[in-house]
Amino acid sequence: MTATATSARSDLSELGRSETALRTFLHGLPGVDQVGAEQRAAQLGTRSIKTTAKAQAIDLAIRMVDLTTLEGADTPGKVRALAAKAVRPDPADPSCPHVGAVCVYPSMVPYVAEVLRGTGVHLASVATAFPSGQAPLEIKLADVRAAVEAGADEIDMVINRSAFLAGRYKEVYDEIVATKSACGDAHLKVILETGELATYDNVRRASWLAMLAGGDFIKTSTGKVPVAATLPVSLVMLEAVRDFRAATGRQVGVKPAGGIKTTKDAIKYLVMVNETVGADWLDPDWFRFGASSLLNDLLMQRTKLTTGVYSGPDYFTLD
Amino acid sequence: MSERVAVRKTYKLFIGGKFPRSESGRSYIVQDANVALSSRKDARDAVVAARAAVKGWAGATAYNRGQILYRVAEMLEGRREQFVALGVPADEVDAAIDRWVWYAGWSDKLAQVYGGANPVAGPYFNLSAPEPTGVVAVVAPEAPALLGLVSVIAPAIVTGNTVVVAASPAQPLAAVTLAEVLATSDLPGGVVNILTGRLSETVPTLAGHMDVNAIDLTGVADAELAADLEVKAAQNLKRVLRPAPVDHDWFADPGIARMTTLLETKTVWHPKGV
Repeated sequence: MTATATSARSDLSELGRSETALRTFLHGLPGVDQVGAEQRAAQLGTRSIKTTAKAQAIDLAIRMVDLTTLEGADTPGKVRALAAKAVRPDPADPSCPHVGAVCVYPSMVPYVAEVLRGTGVHLASVATAFPSGQAPLEIKLADVRAAVEAGADEIDMVINRSAFLAGRYKEVYDEIVATKSACGDAHLKVILETGELATYDNVRRASWLAMLAGGDFIKTSTGKVPVAATLPVSLVMLEAVRDFRAATGRQVGVKPAGGIKTTKDAIKYLVMVNETVGADWLDPDWFRFGASSLLNDLLMQRTKLTTGVYSGPDYFTLD
Repeated sequence: MSERVAVRKTYKLFIGGKFPRSESGRSYIVQDANVALSSRKDARDAVVAARAAVKGWAGATAYNRGQILYRVAEMLEGRREQFVALGVPADEVDAAIDRWVWYAGWSDKLAQVYGGANPVAGPYFNLSAPEPTGVVAVVAPEAPALLGLVSVIAPAIVTGNTVVVAASPAQPLAAVTLAEVLATSDLPGGVVNILTGRLSETVPTLAGHMDVNAIDLTGVADAELAADLEVKAAQNLKRVLRPAPVDHDWFADPGIARMTTLLETKTVWHPKGV
């Protein structure tokens, strides 16, 4: 390791100490070329992935799905059924891999934990007053602790967009640090809610802020606002995790969530991951899809490849 | 002033109420025109569009469906010359218009003729009602180009099904022109989808598709292909209409069999109170 890299590292860890240092650093990040990012994302979306490559991509995408249900109407029975589906997505085909994780509200965690124990499927829970994050810090932290105690090994937190957009970066930073310590051994995914951040520059700043504060994953969206994950936003985030690893040596995962409904969409993301950050991230430990209806489309396409005839939604469970 | 150059028309597909080119980008020359040559992916997209349209179309009232079919007849009447110019005999266009009207009338009557109260040994009302089967794949007959096409589409959709039609490869212009009539007739997008091109590319895909509920093989002339398609259709127990005999008279009274074959019967038991 070179001397400059070492000093860069120590510089970055110092940033969280003062509001001014954070602001200077985040506003010193290069601006995002909006037209360029959108063109690049659109261009990567035109790749044609067929036959055996497609089969591999589908299996990888299934392993990367965070099968999600975040509804007021969730019941223990419904989340148990979802967890069972996560373990064995296609009951007709034992060679179908299990998904990456199940993602539920904290009160549903115990029911899911029973089903997932020993299966290798992770259990994620949203916390910190999801989806708005508009609650006192103590309550958010209690939310996290409760989810971890109930058995969640991944926590999806929302950043304080109110503070971020008002320019109080230190407050956002401190909240992420506090949440990370409340997580204990659980992985922390930081939801930036890019649909509310308005610009790509803000997305880049929020990505760096989340990574500096110790997030293990950065996630695009809650899925609860009209604009969810898009390809250009994910491109900006992937570039951020790539640059962050180059600067610090620490690898951070990325999770686009919301609005990814078809196999075609999912494969576009995989192409973008491979082209932007490389094969190191093509693994469920480093890249996830937050989705619910995506899984059925992946299963239908998988069935098409194995049986040769197009399948239909009648042959897969609704949730 | 230079001489005006006529605008040549490209005949495209009709999927989900829109007129896209083939996903494959291919076309072929037939009847002195460029016509899209659909691929199996176009067939897949058409089934997706047809499936999406089922809920709204099957859920519309029978009266409303009848009105829309009548509207198709009105629009067709206004385009009579266009079909005559394509080589369709004038009496065939008339018969096609009348057929739309004939089937439009059936929309709110078929349930009375084909459903009804069943006598049962117990204190129950027992009622059978016909319901649409869902997405129907249709292979249109080659001749008569317009009347044959109308005679297979109208009976399928009047009851609330949505259709994916494989137009006759040799006579596709009438089909695409009919699509232009349908697109301007208040018919919701996706209720009728029309694919042009080789039957060998699209029809086996439709016959094997697990999200297609019935298949009408009327226009399949090759007996071997028809048998193969029936085998594929059996995979998910599709309802099947067999190929029409060569000497079938399309101008004769069609009867209700085309409609009833593409229906499911729902029977309800209701306790009789005192």
